[in-house]
Amino acid sequence: METTELVINGKTHELRADSRVTLLDALRNHLELTGTKKGCDHGQCGACTVIVEGRRINSCLTLACMHDGDEITTIEGIGQPDNLSALQSAFVAHDGFQCGYCTPGQICSATAMIEEAKAGWPSFVSDDLEGPEELSNEEISERMSGNLCRCAAYPNIVNAIRQAAGEQS
Amino acid sequence: MTAHQKMDKPDTRNRLDDMRQGLVGKPMDRPDGPLKVSGQATYAHEWDIPDMVYGVLVRATISKGRVTDVESDRILADEAVHAVITDDRLLRRPAQGGANEAPPQGSKQVDYFGQPIALVVADTFEQARHAANILPISYETEGNAAFDPEAADTETDTPEDDQLDQGDLDQAMRDAAFTVDQVYHTPGHNSAAMEPHCAIASWEGDKLTLRGSYQMLNFNINELADALHISPDNIRMLSPYVGGGFGSKLGLSPEAVAAAIAAKDIGRPVCVALSRQQVFEATMRRSETRQHVRLACGEDGILTGLGHECLVSNLPGEEFYEPVTQATHFLYGGENRKLGIEVARLNRTCGGSVRAPGEAVGMQVLENAMDELAEAAGIDPVELRKRNIPEQHPEKDIPYSSRRFTEALDEGAKLFGWDKRNRKPGATREGDWLIGHGMAGAARINVLSEAKAKVTLLADGSAVVETDMTDIGTGTYAILTQIACDMLGLPADKVETRLGDTDFPAGPGSGGSWGASSSGSAVFLACEEIRKQLADKLGSKEADLTLADGKAGTGDKARPFAEILDGKEISAIGHIEPGKTMEDWQQATYGSYFAEVAVNAVTGETRVKRMLGVFGAGRILNEKTATSQCYGGMIWGIGSALTEELAFDNRDGHIVNHDLAEYHIPVNLDVPQIEVVLLKERDEFASPIQAKGIGELGICGAAAAVTNAIYNATAIRVRDYPATLDKLLVGLPDE
Repeated sequence: METTELVINGKTHELRADSRVTLLDALRNHLELTGTKKGCDHGQCGACTVIVEGRRINSCLTLACMHDGDEITTIEGIGQPDNLSALQSAFVAHDGFQCGYCTPGQICSATAMIEEAKAGWPSFVSDDLEGPEELSNEEISERMSGNLCRCAAYPNIVNAIRQAAGEQS
Repeated sequence: MTAHQKMDKPDTRNRLDDMRQGLVGKPMDRPDGPLKVSGQATYAHEWDIPDMVYGVLVRATISKGRVTDVESDRILADEAVHAVITDDRLLRRPAQGGANEAPPQGSKQVDYFGQPIALVVADTFEQARHAANILPISYETEGNAAFDPEAADTETDTPEDDQLDQGDLDQAMRDAAFTVDQVYHTPGHNSAAMEPHCAIASWEGDKLTLRGSYQMLNFNINELADALHISPDNIRMLSPYVGGGFGSKLGLSPEAVAAAIAAKDIGRPVCVALSRQQVFEATMRRSETRQHVRLACGEDGILTGLGHECLVSNLPGEEFYEPVTQATHFLYGGENRKLGIEVARLNRTCGGSVRAPGEAVGMQVLENAMDELAEAAGIDPVELRKRNIPEQHPEKDIPYSSRRFTEALDEGAKLFGWDKRNRKPGATREGDWLIGHGMAGAARINVLSEAKAKVTLLADGSAVVETDMTDIGTGTYAILTQIACDMLGLPADKVETRLGDTDFPAGPGSGGSWGASSSGSAVFLACEEIRKQLADKLGSKEADLTLADGKAGTGDKARPFAEILDGKEISAIGHIEPGKTMEDWQQATYGSYFAEVAVNAVTGETRVKRMLGVFGAGRILNEKTATSQCYGGMIWGIGSALTEELAFDNRDGHIVNHDLAEYHIPVNLDVPQIEVVLLKERDEFASPIQAKGIGELGICGAAAAVTNAIYNATAIRVRDYPATLDKLLVGLPDE
């Protein structure tokens, strides 16, 4: 058993768990934060995306005990049904989801991705290494390609993110 | 009070068009949206159940034979491990959609690699997973397993009622001005819904509650009861949110029965989730197909002969087979016809429904062949299709219900700018990219399914809709809310739709695209009955009622429902049944796809640059969710055209690419900003709400538009799906 202190959505949790417990399973099975989803458990689908110390990661690919003291943002910390973030509202308005299972991961991923683009991070489709001037459809699509959606809401996901990113800038 | 309608005659009243609230058809946001985008919707694994433990299924690592020993003692020594379940009631295969009874059971006999053979239960998921991994299993293998559908010694059979030999196709081929005679292959597919299958079973005495991820609770409850040898009266199933299904959750899957048996055995709630790999191996696959298509036409392009003979596969004993020729029977004319299906019996993961079984791969190939015929005859592909739309059903003496195929083809061609394309294959190049345009027709049978729903107009003037129908991302919460709102004259926030609970009246389940029209009709009928009772209270006729914004009547005379109801609620159950209109008319949905692709002349990589779909599916209940369904189908078509392929190892039949890293579904950058146009249509033969199915139409031919465009770009016909780089490289220009 390992004891790990996790700061999740601003609240400190003391986790006592098997060292094999992934950050994803810690959230879902130990801390009652089931907004973060398990789609593949192998870092292939992005449904488990959370933001750790400002960076989006696949929470299934990291052990909870490796995050002692880390600040973690999950979908529950981004917005609640009666207090949605601009991005969450845009997902509803643009129908950026269907079954909704990949959606928390998409939104955590996009929340961090918008910041990455603002900070000038380039992507595979960027014209130069200085990063994009604006988040074009192609930039959004490339940067969100680690988040699979089998319902294939991709066109609407792109529209939702472009709207929310535009409102922020 | 139950309001019942059997669809024996067309319903021409078009009542929803007259309702003043006016929500049906509008692009209303999903009422379940805020919960889903904030992670608060409760999927199968996410119920907070005290004292719950975890189960992990163990899979067979042989393809055919028997389990001779499970050394449970080796792991039961660990006090965290509670049980090793090898009960004879465990499901050996998932149930087919609509089975309504248990599928083959018993874990001793092994029919395919990856079959569940035991369940290990432990305090935590990690403990259960580890114990399951080290559990020693001994087998006795049988050496006569079959893995290759086309091997000479593979046993095959032919479903008798799915063979057609009309006229003389061979002669028609000989006499034709132009012909196509080609063999195509499509690979197996996996639904790959994002939420892996999961069940939490808990017992109180003899009463079982099973929270799971299932599409058709109306059947699933009977499958579960039959498997456990208990009465369905002692079971409650809950699936309020389902993280995608696409056919893989139609029938009961192995985790449900395993969880229920384990929970009873150890006296604690048990949660069993499939791993992604288990989803690939132990739920359903779409069969690979070999399709021999023969088309014969005269100088005018009018078909005189049509052949579509297919080989598919499934496990021995399975009645389901991929109904590849389903739309071929009615879409195009041609009096000489030979259509048939042959089923190879293989020791591979169970074959079952994956989004649009039949048309998804059948239309994909038929529409490739039509493209080949258009070229052979020198006729525009859009025009060729229009010329071959038959007046009467080409095989049966029945008419068509509403059919907007011609309009879809014309509208698509116009919006896409089809006339501007370069008709010469391999002749348009932009730098390293070869540009091509292609189109295809869409068709999918339409089905109405028996459904019930209860609607209650509460004393405060708000309403509740209840059915065990599911929303698997399809938009059920939205469209049932909209129908109730319009019929009862209520704004969206005054209607609450409750789904996925077998304590509610049985719906049709989510499958075969029938969910919206069937459960929508049930809600419509229940609301009609409530309107009658309201009219009685007002001393007027139901037809004369004007309901809107929670009031009856207009202007100063409008009275709030709460006042009319005077403290009493009104509830009714709507009950729809399919009838003669399904047999006496050919019902289907139609559409067209247009695609522009760029194929890299150096690498053979294909990028879809533009894609348009135009669809006619009866009354559209919610423009936003219907459009999303079409996006989904078309994007599945892109996957089917370019990347999706189950790879089997022909030495033992195991799925080589059993996860999302190796089975390539489209990702965001694979998909352009697709355009979807929904045609205005009312199909009075389909349902009392004049709606048809739309959940699968988007895929039914979509891949062909992409590969036809690849042909136009490169002059290469890929008849062996998917059109991966290796299949294009050999034919690309040298420089």
